[in-house]
Amino acid sequence: MSELLELNGVSRRFGGLRALHNITLSIPQGEIVGVIGPNGAGKTTLVNVVTGVHPASAGSIRFAGRDITRVRPWQAARLGIARTFQVVQPFPEMTVMENVAAAAMFAGSAGYGEEANERALEDLEFVGLGKSVDKPADSLTLAMRKRLELAKSLAMRPKLLLLDEVNAGLNATEVEHALDLIRAISARGVTVLIIEHLMKVVLTLCTRIVVLHHGELIAAGDPAQIINDPRVVQAYLGRRYAKAEPA
Amino acid sequence: MRRSAYIAAAIFALVALVPLAGEMYWLRLGTIMLMYSILAMSWNFIGGMAGYPSFASAAFFGLGAYAGAVSQKLAMPMVLAWGIAGLASLLFAALLGLALLRLRGHYFAIASLVVAEVLRELVNSATDLTGGGMGLNLPVPRMASVQAQAVFFYYAMLILAAVTLAAMILTTHSKLGFGLRCIKQNESAADMLGVNTTFYKVSGFMLSGVFVGFAGAIYASWVHYIEPPDVFDVLYSIKPVVMVLLGGLGSVFGPLLGAGLYLSLEELVWRRFLEVHTGVLGLLIVLLVVFLPRGLIALRRAPGAAQEKPLSRVKA
Repeated sequence: MSELLELNGVSRRFGGLRALHNITLSIPQGEIVGVIGPNGAGKTTLVNVVTGVHPASAGSIRFAGRDITRVRPWQAARLGIARTFQVVQPFPEMTVMENVAAAAMFAGSAGYGEEANERALEDLEFVGLGKSVDKPADSLTLAMRKRLELAKSLAMRPKLLLLDEVNAGLNATEVEHALDLIRAISARGVTVLIIEHLMKVVLTLCTRIVVLHHGELIAAGDPAQIINDPRVVQAYLGRRYAKAEPA
Repeated sequence: MRRSAYIAAAIFALVALVPLAGEMYWLRLGTIMLMYSILAMSWNFIGGMAGYPSFASAAFFGLGAYAGAVSQKLAMPMVLAWGIAGLASLLFAALLGLALLRLRGHYFAIASLVVAEVLRELVNSATDLTGGGMGLNLPVPRMASVQAQAVFFYYAMLILAAVTLAAMILTTHSKLGFGLRCIKQNESAADMLGVNTTFYKVSGFMLSGVFVGFAGAIYASWVHYIEPPDVFDVLYSIKPVVMVLLGGLGSVFGPLLGAGLYLSLEELVWRRFLEVHTGVLGLLIVLLVVFLPRGLIALRRAPGAAQEKPLSRVKA
């Protein structure tokens, strides 16, 4: 398996704050990688550094064999990096269809007009929003908006999908549905990096887990390795969790 | 898109008949209305579509007026001078856009407002080229009569307005217009979806500058004499904004409607309330904005449908 995304000594500072410090990490093609860590550990910053929203202060990032350390967000999008936001960000006054068509058009290289609409419809049906295409995006429920975000990401025809807490605020049934979707997306050959607080989700979904703490990478490996790692237990899981779910 | 084109053609066919009435008053009023329609439609590219509240219209207008006037002073034929003015505004908008469009909201508005003042001072001090505060006289075009001149400039503005409207219809139904709408609703999300926001915003800004530059040059040739306080008047920045808000933000025909309504009101109020006309006009505008926040164009939609129904698909 070849490496799709490689971070080499990546740091990001905001003034005096070290949000990320010397992260070296590689993500092979086709995996579902979970990123966990306490609040403020730098998980979202990691996504922002990869997508060019907050370029790295030091280090380098390679994606699919090319250097993307300094690319702008729209360039990252066209190269095949899609991301969803912790707080969903639709175009509120556009329809569901237009939202997804925009993604197909600007990042997924679909032509303006019918081609973009058709592609949008495909992806909306895939995530189960086929009946809501003509609704304004701001009339959707939170669960549906999260699915809209997924449809938008898919329409971009990404190689790498970065999911920032897609399950936050969803109930158990909705989480199940979201997990099925993520598996289906992964089955299409898309590499997935998911930031997630629900350990159940991380353990059932991910083939590899990365743990951040105070902006540093403290562990990386397969799920069984991670939940028994004393540093991870100390920083994030807590002793009670480690005892309750021995792997 | 075809429907918009038909409506536009019908409007302009009607407006083209005005000179047949033959009265100088209507010709003059018509030319001014067309000029402001151009300014309002131009503002719609950046303010209505992209949501960037630009107050740079006066800068483009004055720049166009002086570029055209100076070219004519240097013995350039009139129409060629207009072309140079348009080109100058286009380039200026590109450079200005690259610098200013990094700012958002109020910051952008204030920065764009200052540009006209800077240009005015520059023109004031470049006395050799522009005549400075004394203003600049333009050659009077050699035509059969004053009437013929008036008709000529009326049609010049009419053609420019038609071109501006055509550009707006084309933009609305294109990837550029769609991208600008995305930027208006959520710029960072648009960026994430692969919209090259800088390129799109600068393109929108250039469209909002080029036709205003042409209009400024035609205006200069029309009135034969310009001076800095006249063509860099801040009202050229403010009136188009009010017109678009009256007509309907971001719509194709809103700016035209708004320009027509505003100038009709101004004309009627000015004649009847000589002493307090600005006050009465202000009051009318406040009332219109309060009771028709989405502009006149919203009246067309079914009563009770308070919210604009968005287009369900991307229409080519």
